[in-house]
Amino acid sequence: MSPRLAQKIAFTVLLLATLLVVLPVIFILGIIVAKGASAISWEFLFSMPRDGMTAGGIFPAILGTLYLVLGAILFAVPLGVLAAVYLVEYSSDNWFSRLVKLAIVNLAGVPSVVYGLFGLGIFVTFFRFGASILSGSLTLGIMILPVIITSAREALESVPRHFRVVSLSLGASRWQTIRHSVLPHALPGILTGMILGLGRAAGETAPILFTVAAFYLPRLPQSVFDQTMALPYHLYVISTQVPGIAENVRYGTALVLLSLVLLLNLAAILLRSRFRRKKKW
Amino acid sequence: MTANRLRKLKEWLIEKAILLSGIFSVVFVLLIFLFLLREGFSLFHGESVGDFLFGKSWYPISDPPRFGILPLILGSLLVTLGAAAISVPIGIAAALYIAEIAPGRLKEGLKAGIELLAAIPSVVIGFIGMITLGPWIKSLFNIPTGLTALTGSVTLAFMAMPTIVSIAEDAITAVPRQYREAAIAMGATKWQTTWRIVARAARPGMVAAVMLGIGRVIGETMAVMMVTGNAAVIPASFLQPVRTLTATIAAEMGESVQGGSHYAALFAIGIVLFVITFLINGVADIYLHRSRR
Repeated sequence: MSPRLAQKIAFTVLLLATLLVVLPVIFILGIIVAKGASAISWEFLFSMPRDGMTAGGIFPAILGTLYLVLGAILFAVPLGVLAAVYLVEYSSDNWFSRLVKLAIVNLAGVPSVVYGLFGLGIFVTFFRFGASILSGSLTLGIMILPVIITSAREALESVPRHFRVVSLSLGASRWQTIRHSVLPHALPGILTGMILGLGRAAGETAPILFTVAAFYLPRLPQSVFDQTMALPYHLYVISTQVPGIAENVRYGTALVLLSLVLLLNLAAILLRSRFRRKKKW
Repeated sequence: MTANRLRKLKEWLIEKAILLSGIFSVVFVLLIFLFLLREGFSLFHGESVGDFLFGKSWYPISDPPRFGILPLILGSLLVTLGAAAISVPIGIAAALYIAEIAPGRLKEGLKAGIELLAAIPSVVIGFIGMITLGPWIKSLFNIPTGLTALTGSVTLAFMAMPTIVSIAEDAITAVPRQYREAAIAMGATKWQTTWRIVARAARPGMVAAVMLGIGRVIGETMAVMMVTGNAAVIPASFLQPVRTLTATIAAEMGESVQGGSHYAALFAIGIVLFVITFLINGVADIYLHRSRR
């Protein structure tokens, strides 16, 4: 076989493999939009479920997911950004900073259901928050911490060193330098990580299974100590636990969840590519 | 003067908060392990570690209950091996295509597509797998249920691929330009360069990519619970229902009594999962560092 022919064949095989990875995305999106779009209506999005969840809407699940995601972000963003500032601006390459980095890698690899167990053990039981929005948000918050830290680190590292040198040489303190010469330039990158974290938290089911998620609630949650319904758990429930739910309601719920998560991710991708193109240094 | 001191105090506080935030990541890892132990350890008052890990029957609610997780370990192993067999060759090939061959615009588009695949919630992938892949496998092999280990492997392969592709692609892109230029100058074709030089140089990163992909598969919960049929028996083939470690925790925690032995056993499974993923991620990290050097 001539090398040119071998190359042709090899490139074709690689292209086919790539299509195998990307086409399922289009397949999944296509089938969910095609079968779920008919379920979407004002009533579906903004009313309570009725008749054993076979009719009415999914408003409590949507609202619950928004509460959980908001709580997770409020917890994880300040903590994650400060941790990134520590790693990039303060620590030198010693055993402790390596330990912190290893911990972050491992936090990213802990299975989501183990986060659920952890949340059950510490927040629900030990701190006696019960199965509540507070417990669920904190569990999700710790889960998305590695996403936030990693993006913030990359953003801080991409700010050139001489920004810091100039600021320090003008007599600014270390924190003033970070606050006024580094953080503003890292902001789009930090924001990207925040949006990715939002998307991840919105879609996860296993961590909220034992910490907050309710099968069905007749009323909306009143405080952070209440349980709530949530979109991903609701999709799980109506597709495996409750018989007799119309197909388009299941697909419709999947469509709402998927749209929420993918729009967040798309926003993050666009923000990141604009940020990279705009960078002048 | 006082304003200056106030500012200094404020900065001192902020710097302590920054240091504390750095420490928190380590604290969380320790806390996760401690709380798994705290809730799970009581199982081993009445049960030996050997009986737990290698016991052949998982009957948590019979009397007396049996807490042998071997069927669950084998279930996880079977599904993971199947998923790896599908996702590793396809994922590495796609990474080579995206890093070395795809032209600029297509490359950006493909990378975005793979990022979106990674972003699809596992419950949505499980839902689609259950409703489309399951019936298809059922009729293809003419078996009583389409919810089998094979269905789980195929579904999970798609969840491992984004991890494998993106990390392998990074490793391939990081191979120095001079390697390619030298090979081309010696008269090698682009494919010979890609396969014999670049892919070889990127191997540590590819190993890390595969390990992280497998780590993701072992830890995956919702999708696998929805498509594998959930039978806690030692699997004999890919075409029969299995139950994984993760699915067992998710499916049974709701029925267990807090503080009871079943509850403790589920946390003990959590310890096993935590240790497995900890090892996989630790080793993958070593390979990643090697590939960056």
